[in-house]
Amino acid sequence: MSKLLNSKNRRLDGRKLDELRPIKMKVGVIDNANGSAYIEFGRNKVMAAVYGPKDVHPKHMMKTESAILKCRYHMTPFSTGRRKNPAPSRRETEISKIISEALEPAIVMTDYPRTAIHVYVEILQSDGGSRCAGVTAASLALADAGINMRDLTSGCAAGKIDGKVALDLDEVEDMEGDADLPMAILPNLEKVTLLQLDGDFSHKEFIEALKLAKKGCLKVYEMQRNALNDKYFGNEKA
Amino acid sequence: MPEVKRKYVTPGELVGKGRYNRTSNVYQIEDKFYSTRVGMAEVINDSLRVIPLTGPYIPREDDLVVGKIIDHSAFAWEVDINSCFSSFLLAQSVFGRDYSPARDSLTKKFAIGDLVTAKILAFDRTRDPLLSVSGPGLGRINQGEIVSISPTKVPRVIGKKGAMIKTIENYSKCRLTVGQNGLVMISGNPEGIILAKSALDLINHEAHTADLTQKVQDLLSGSNNGEKE
Repeated sequence: MSKLLNSKNRRLDGRKLDELRPIKMKVGVIDNANGSAYIEFGRNKVMAAVYGPKDVHPKHMMKTESAILKCRYHMTPFSTGRRKNPAPSRRETEISKIISEALEPAIVMTDYPRTAIHVYVEILQSDGGSRCAGVTAASLALADAGINMRDLTSGCAAGKIDGKVALDLDEVEDMEGDADLPMAILPNLEKVTLLQLDGDFSHKEFIEALKLAKKGCLKVYEMQRNALNDKYFGNEKA
Repeated sequence: MPEVKRKYVTPGELVGKGRYNRTSNVYQIEDKFYSTRVGMAEVINDSLRVIPLTGPYIPREDDLVVGKIIDHSAFAWEVDINSCFSSFLLAQSVFGRDYSPARDSLTKKFAIGDLVTAKILAFDRTRDPLLSVSGPGLGRINQGEIVSISPTKVPRVIGKKGAMIKTIENYSKCRLTVGQNGLVMISGNPEGIILAKSALDLINHEAHTADLTQKVQDLLSGSNNGEKE
């Protein structure tokens, strides 16, 4: 049975159970957007762009007291091993919705009444955990666009492979593993804005996975801050 | 001289603790203040603010803006002012109170595509901004070049009591009209316009650095000629 972990509890790619994949972040990669970010989360490559605030279409969706947030999560046809149909799938519609709900608590929506904020998350290459990478990238793009935010949103998943709780599952571990728990938090406010679970956990394992995912999110948050500092303050950061 | 504390912040970062009378770009939970923007946090006596480095233009009353006529109806022009709200210029405010759509044609005054400098008469959360072109220096722009910069950098372009804008004007021999919405109209001779544009570009990219005035002066006086940034 034991095929995802070796005898020393190392994973297929050599990581320890509580180790993240290598992460790269860059802010401000698309000049035509108001804000943008690019993230590499292991082999995931994600581009996020923010347009707005701008006027709302169709007009009946306008809210007089606040902005509305429209998110689109999309996987490019070349993001997977076999060509993916570019039409939005059931899964993409779901992820668009949960990314929007994960970001909304972070944004001060009432500062932009009668407007719409558009967030586009494009998966260029996927390798498991792309929704967490998407939330993270989208949050950076929002900060880059200069939209008032209470906090950044940082995402990271935990899961269970070969009966052991592990951090940041990749595609193989997600498919062959026992459970996957994607999570996004507002690190300074200590609030959870995204929590899904696919698979089985015992109560004890669930708590352990939750703690591990939070630890991962906090590491991701540090990298988000560094990415923003790099763009805006360069080497001047004290 | 009041003590000034500065630090770079990102959204959600703690800026200060305690009581402050004047704050901007922060939000408060109990006695803690967190930044809502990427920018420079500044604490001077009882005021605490974050000077943002990026962001959209939100109109305010009495702002001078540079806009483009994009449409008109029988009673008003619609003006794009580089903001999330489309603004309106009422025909009454241009032709006078006895304006009649039968007698006066809106397109005679401003056609679609015309650029104007205008002032924001009224704006609040419930209504789109209203513009006015009555006043010295306001109205249609007949010549010059429009340069777009980030609206958050406008205060740096103007400088303390207009010092920066005067420097640019003196060196480039051009006239600059800086719209609060991040659009700058430059009029003058072509060489001057190119020089002024490069200065604006420098400010747009390095607005947060400390010795900005010196850098702009160096660029304008040509002391770093041939040196690529």
